[in-house]
Amino acid sequence: MNRLTLHRLLLWAVLLIFAAWFLTPLYVMVVTSLKDAEQLRVGNLLSLPTAPTLDAWHKAWSSACTGVQCEGLQPFFWNSVITVVPAVLVSTLLGALNGYVLSKWKFPGSETLFAFMLFGVFMPMQVVLLPMSQVLGWLGIASSIWGLVFVHVLAGIPSTTLFFRNYYVGLPDELIKAAMLDGASFWQIFRRIVLPLSTPILVVTLIWQFTNIWNDFLYGVVFSGADSKPITVGLNNLANTSSSVKEYHVDMAAALIAAMPTLIVYIVAGKFFVRGLTAGAVKG
Amino acid sequence: MSATPRSSGPWLPRLVVAPSFLLSLLFIYGLMAWNGYLSFSASRILPNYDFVGLAQYEALFDNERFRVAMGNLAIFGVLFIGGAMAVGVVLAILLDQKVRGEGLLRTIYLYPMAISFIVTGTAWKWMLNPGQGLEHLMHQWGFAGFSFDWLINPEMAIYCVVIAGIWQSAGFVMALFLAALRGVDESIIKAAQVDGASLPRIYWSIILPSLRPVFFSTLLVVSHLAIKSFDLVMALTSGGPGFATDLPATFMYAHAFTRGQIGLGAASATVMLATVAAIVVPYLYSELRAKR
Amino acid sequence: MKPAFLTSLTRTAVAAIAVCSCAASFAGEVEVLHWWTAGGEAKAASALKDQLQAKGHSWKDFAVAGGGGDNAMTVLKSRVVSGNAPAAAQIKGPSLQEWAAEGVLANIDDVAKAENWDKLLPKVVSDVMKYKGSYIAVPVNVHRVNWLWANPEVFKKAGAKLPTNWDEFFVAAEALKKAGVIPVAHGGQNWQDFTTFESVALGLGGSDFYQKALVQLDPAALNGPTMTKVLETFRKVKSYTDKNAPGRDWNLATAMVIKGEAGMQLMGDWAKGEFIAAGKKPGKDFACVAAPGSAKAFTFNVDSFALFKLKNEANVKAQKDLAAAIMSPQFQEVFNLNKGSIPVRLNMDLAKFDDCAKLSAKDFVDTAKTGALVPSVAHGMAVPAAAAGALQDAVSQFWNDDKMSVAAAQSKIAAAAKIK
Repeated sequence: MNRLTLHRLLLWAVLLIFAAWFLTPLYVMVVTSLKDAEQLRVGNLLSLPTAPTLDAWHKAWSSACTGVQCEGLQPFFWNSVITVVPAVLVSTLLGALNGYVLSKWKFPGSETLFAFMLFGVFMPMQVVLLPMSQVLGWLGIASSIWGLVFVHVLAGIPSTTLFFRNYYVGLPDELIKAAMLDGASFWQIFRRIVLPLSTPILVVTLIWQFTNIWNDFLYGVVFSGADSKPITVGLNNLANTSSSVKEYHVDMAAALIAAMPTLIVYIVAGKFFVRGLTAGAVKG
Repeated sequence: MSATPRSSGPWLPRLVVAPSFLLSLLFIYGLMAWNGYLSFSASRILPNYDFVGLAQYEALFDNERFRVAMGNLAIFGVLFIGGAMAVGVVLAILLDQKVRGEGLLRTIYLYPMAISFIVTGTAWKWMLNPGQGLEHLMHQWGFAGFSFDWLINPEMAIYCVVIAGIWQSAGFVMALFLAALRGVDESIIKAAQVDGASLPRIYWSIILPSLRPVFFSTLLVVSHLAIKSFDLVMALTSGGPGFATDLPATFMYAHAFTRGQIGLGAASATVMLATVAAIVVPYLYSELRAKR
Repeated sequence: MKPAFLTSLTRTAVAAIAVCSCAASFAGEVEVLHWWTAGGEAKAASALKDQLQAKGHSWKDFAVAGGGGDNAMTVLKSRVVSGNAPAAAQIKGPSLQEWAAEGVLANIDDVAKAENWDKLLPKVVSDVMKYKGSYIAVPVNVHRVNWLWANPEVFKKAGAKLPTNWDEFFVAAEALKKAGVIPVAHGGQNWQDFTTFESVALGLGGSDFYQKALVQLDPAALNGPTMTKVLETFRKVKSYTDKNAPGRDWNLATAMVIKGEAGMQLMGDWAKGEFIAAGKKPGKDFACVAAPGSAKAFTFNVDSFALFKLKNEANVKAQKDLAAAIMSPQFQEVFNLNKGSIPVRLNMDLAKFDDCAKLSAKDFVDTAKTGALVPSVAHGMAVPAAAAGALQDAVSQFWNDDKMSVAAAQSKIAAAAKIK
């Protein structure tokens, strides 16, 4: 009995130490964002604010300078929303269709094509920038929100296809066969049988894509137009001032605002994320 | 086992995937080829298409900063991927022990994935800065002799990037493995326990080996994250001190865009891709083969 | 900023109207790429926007911070490659020539002639703004890089004297060290290391040596004994900086001097903006002297906007108005008061400027005549970006690695100078 308790104690100790390590940066960010300039100078990294205030948050949202304009992160926030929603939906849908075909309607060469596509996951983003700009210029959607959405969709297809394919491989083929015997078409099987069973993997893919696209900076700064810059660009402009006193509390508040949607998604839907993974996103 | 297409004919599935496949493959391989072509060209501030043979590659391998960057890629790659996998697997196994408050702990380990690398880099940069962060805190707490100046030490700075990277990604590995562990058949474990095997033994010899497919997928995803760490390095150290934490991705970015040496940057990108391919392709091949 | 779809609606409406009109007298739009995202710099850029709007044009702000322009350059290249260049972009020095060679910059000789730029700019500056004899860029200001900023109170307490040459510099540094303050506030970033390095080179070797070694990249000068002495002195400076310097931003180093934690900083005149913002008065609360040994020389850093070829007629007109506005006395005054630099336009009334700026302006004109007006390598004024980057890599490596020998550093620098 003693040994078991000792084990449990050890288990908890390790888990808690890790939890502290994981939580510290978040703690630092929150605590700093609640201070004002005076408290920043006097205190240290971990000290609690002596007089917590939301001023930094107000400033970051509506009046911090991000260039010649000083409107805070608010305009960028909406640009991100407008970019992310279509990009996530389209790339997820395409991933689902591709996964469906690759797992249930294989044709000669489909596995090879899939392998080739997987390799694309490893391509660093910087390589893409210039040629993609040229292509977008030819298509007439350069420096616009549509160009940005297009690039995000293209970049997301390999990952979403991977997720859906691995999941659908786990669905019994008998289901499909039975439906075909009943005379169902390709589309009907997808809509009526496969999609309803896809909830776990849909959640995983939506969360994954949302996080990646919302947090992306490089494509966001290069492919967007002057009116469609996402929030990461705004945050970068705000925090990367090369002159004047660094306002760490505003920087931290801005970083938290930028991270808020994805944080909320993970905290609220994290359970479903893991459930979706359990259901076979990566069993492959 | 694949279902044979019947009433829809063999073409509909192919038609459905054709656009996105074609676009992706064009996007990936077309751009790699274009980049490859640039690496043989005299491009400087903007792309130009004069062929110069291997001149850019010669300049590249002569370049001390690039050698440092490749070395860093090896160190960072191995440590980050190994570390994230190890920490993630350990956390998953620990959480699998029917711990109370598992949901809360899981959220705590997973949330860093939600935050962009830029935010992570900025936060860690502040925390690891000797004058304002951890060292300063320790001094204030009375440990005057404590020193943690890895961030500003050219030899050690890359390990700071590793720490911040593992912090960001270990939770995701944990989530994947936890899910997989939950899917393992209870009866096998019970049978082994009846045979007298201890819990660690069971994990090591029975459960983990059965998770090979998960291992494969997770390794792919973590490697993908390792290559994306461009943002993390830029935010945490900007490649510094000097260029001690340069990675091929940041090298390419600096040379292609800031220094007007697109040809050299393209050559470095090609070398980076070739290195990645040399490691990843055999792995992909063996795993996909094994599944047949 | 309005949501994208609303703006594109407005833009379509404007385009529709523009198409229907025959005269190109409609207001144009200028998209300006810059990285002035905060503080005095942002205020200064606003001044330009206001002037333009007064003429009836609109300003599309295109600010991209980070890396002292790294991110901005990336975006600029992508935009040019996609056929969608902005009207103006913050480019300076030899890069202007490189861009012009690609054929993407617009010729603004008509504005230059109308506004008489050849008379209003020193030849050293106007040469950089021209490509094959025609203006392709407009200068905004003149920064002096070879300054030394000091805290007089700290000096008094330590019993140190403001140095006029490098020997005196080390005497003062020793005194400061004994008094328990950090003698030299430094930020360990490539460009800051090189800013210090070129001031040492200028102060020890004189402007002729500087020109030969760092601007013309003459191998004999780079491998010679003067350079050896420069490197040794440079390394000695490091011993008077604190160990937390790596990665520190320049404005945080200035803050150390303001707060009295450090005695002096070798930095360009944008540091003055920090002192002023902290409410300090020149002469009383802070001292500005030329970097040791370089009182008769002037290392310049001229910010400028390159103007790109545009397709839309109305925008071309707006672009020309932008160029004229930048060189106008009103803008020159407002901008430079906010940024800490001096107007690049000659013969301006400097009554509103402080003493450091007046000294700067006087030296600017004097050194233009004597030939001791030299371009800053650290700030991309002298040498194309590729070589400048390689030089900075080599010098920063030497600064960061105490075990590297001076001879090894010298050969690395000479090798870097050969990069095209």
